[in-house]
Amino acid sequence: MVAELGHFSLILALAVALVQGTLPLVGASRGDIRLMDLGRTAALTQALLVIVAFAALTQAYVASDFSVANVVANSHSAKPLLYKISGVWGNHEGSMLLWALILALFGAAVAVFGAGLPDSLRARVLAIQALIGVGFLAFLLFTSNPFERVWPPPADGNGLNPLLQDPGLAFHPPLLYLGYVGFSVTYAFAIAALLEGRVDAAWARWVRPWTLAAWCFLTLGIALGSWWAYYILGWGGFWFWDPVENASLMPWLAGTALLHSAIVVEKRDALKSWTVLLAILAFSLSLLGTFLVRSGVLTSVHAFAQDPARGMYILGFLLFVTGGGLALYAWRAPQLQGGGLFQPLSREGALILNNLLLCTLAATVLLGTLYPLFLDLLTGNKVSVGPPFFNATFVPICAPLFAALCVGPYLGWKRAEIWPALRHLRVAFVVAVIAAIVAATAIDGRSTLAALAFGFGVWLIVGSLGEFAQRLVRTGYKLPPRASLGMTIAHAAMGVVVLGAVGTGAWNSELIRTMKPGDRASFAGFDFKLDRVENLQGPNYVAERATLAVSVAGKPYTILSPERRVFTVQRRQVAETAIHTNLLRDLYATLGEGEAANGWVIRLYYNPLAPWIWLGAALAALGGFVSLSDRRLRIGAPRGSKKAGRPMAQAAE
Amino acid sequence: MTPKRKRLWLVVGSLAVLGFAATLVLTALNDNIVFFYSPTQIAEKQIPPERRFRMGGLVEAGSVKKSADGQVTSFRVTDTHKTVDVVYRGLLPDLFREGQGVVAEGSLGADGVFVAREVLAKHDENYMPPEVAKAIKEAGQWKEGK
Repeated sequence: MVAELGHFSLILALAVALVQGTLPLVGASRGDIRLMDLGRTAALTQALLVIVAFAALTQAYVASDFSVANVVANSHSAKPLLYKISGVWGNHEGSMLLWALILALFGAAVAVFGAGLPDSLRARVLAIQALIGVGFLAFLLFTSNPFERVWPPPADGNGLNPLLQDPGLAFHPPLLYLGYVGFSVTYAFAIAALLEGRVDAAWARWVRPWTLAAWCFLTLGIALGSWWAYYILGWGGFWFWDPVENASLMPWLAGTALLHSAIVVEKRDALKSWTVLLAILAFSLSLLGTFLVRSGVLTSVHAFAQDPARGMYILGFLLFVTGGGLALYAWRAPQLQGGGLFQPLSREGALILNNLLLCTLAATVLLGTLYPLFLDLLTGNKVSVGPPFFNATFVPICAPLFAALCVGPYLGWKRAEIWPALRHLRVAFVVAVIAAIVAATAIDGRSTLAALAFGFGVWLIVGSLGEFAQRLVRTGYKLPPRASLGMTIAHAAMGVVVLGAVGTGAWNSELIRTMKPGDRASFAGFDFKLDRVENLQGPNYVAERATLAVSVAGKPYTILSPERRVFTVQRRQVAETAIHTNLLRDLYATLGEGEAANGWVIRLYYNPLAPWIWLGAALAALGGFVSLSDRRLRIGAPRGSKKAGRPMAQAAE
Repeated sequence: MTPKRKRLWLVVGSLAVLGFAATLVLTALNDNIVFFYSPTQIAEKQIPPERRFRMGGLVEAGSVKKSADGQVTSFRVTDTHKTVDVVYRGLLPDLFREGQGVVAEGSLGADGVFVAREVLAKHDENYMPPEVAKAIKEAGQWKEGK
């Protein structure tokens, strides 16, 4: 009954989205205020209907209603409640429903907080948002209905993939989708602006908070996914340049570029058509990411079982959204009049360089990710492009980006002098060079590249904080506007991430040892003793747990308890790593297979600075949120003060 | 500065960055792409030892053996037509099992045994790597709906 309720709401939501996607557009072109206002009512109704559908599916999961096929395939009555709920989006149908839900909530948020928008712009934004919604709702109803029944219902379900039964991954998809789908709003704004034929500072002030919010969530989502991979896959790595990871990195890069170019539109009335193009591309890359993950065209360490028909649908939709957007852009963009003139050496120039480098990065990642696909289509050769390719292309392009990142904030708008800016940065430069030399000599002489990257990390942190300090002194210790405070935090956070990546990637050490209870091993200055391996019973798994006593110079230091879980329903094993962190380094242990006679395979890692990767990402998102709370971003949007928090907080629940 | 010169600057700057990136990409692609071969292709082609590539197929039932210290695993990978011996040192991913699809990256030793440096894990036990599916199809043993 509840499942049918969900199904019907979804059908109704599609009907409402069709109305919302057409009539307000007609209204906007005819200047009919009633048709335009219809968009707001429809957006709220559509959101309500999708919430009902999502709640219905959640109810089916929580109550373990095994007459619903989706619940049978992905849930089990013995599963903990958290994973019953996260199971809702831990599968294809449910995750697409989550996507549709977030899309509808964003649409409702525009309707609620967009009271200050010009009527025709708001009507068009809501209509475009609804048309994207039509695509996803139709996709759900016609190819991936989550409410399908099975008869007779089985006694119990198949359970959720054990790798996904983890608190980190429970919240990874919602955060990632908040980011992906957030770019749909900027896309809708871009298309609406093209239809209106007008892009101005007010438009940019509207677009920036949405981009910023999407960017923050995407940053958190990527970080959470990477953290999950770090501790659950048991390889000690945090980024594998896997197609699925690249799929989330590309919209992030384009979104970062968009964030910066929107500033130029807002402040200087320049770079308009470029910003509109970036907005179209950022959302297209989000859709491409969905296509890559959902279609299974690429071999990925994260690949899920796939259905080619669904892949074709998303591909078609992707071509429609991107192609339609670009065609409209080609037709209407020449009408967007460029504004303020500027010298190449200026804040505008620096932001253009930022955009150029970020887009080049996105393009290299895109090329590396899709190259195997092209080669397969053209020649039939199966190849893979792995980490060596990305390290050889991505890292060198990051160098000028990071070098310029600290200089940009010192340059004035319109025209600037380079030497005064560099003079301000000489302390940061000296500190960074010293850090690189220390890293090369004291920590590790093997890799010059790692030392150089370490220097860059320090440069980013000291340079950004130095600029902040100098600004404080100049303004007589008055706190700068939050937007610029957020910038400082986010820029310095990039440095923190770089340091973490260098430490974990280049300076880690690893030991694999077969140990019996009572055996000892020395590693990275710690002494490990395997005390015992015992069996224990979890809610839906049985496990072996090793107890490793760690001591330093004879004194007990900590106890690591890695586990190896066997999920009884799926007969699958998952290694649960044990990590001891002091925020400067991780001690990381995994338990392999073994038995009492021969001992167990134990793998130990020493990962310097590893926590900084996720700390840095969280800081970057924090910087984004601080910036989002700036009053200046709410000019022309008197009621927009709640924009940052509420709608997204609801969706994240 | 005139708008014309400004545009020239932009174009020159963009071309420089893109040229730099294109050079990087082309050299990196030349050095770093890894080909995939099925066991049948490995038997047909003379792949020089030490050359890094990927191979994949099904882990043959009953072929998985562990060394005495449990750190080295040897197994056979088959596309139902030919088989290849594989050794791997390290912890196998959680989803590694006999009869399941597997993709491994590494190189051939002088004795024709494939030394895997990496064995790829999957999220989903029903997932069949597309390369493996294709390899088995070409060997003529594919059953739909597997």
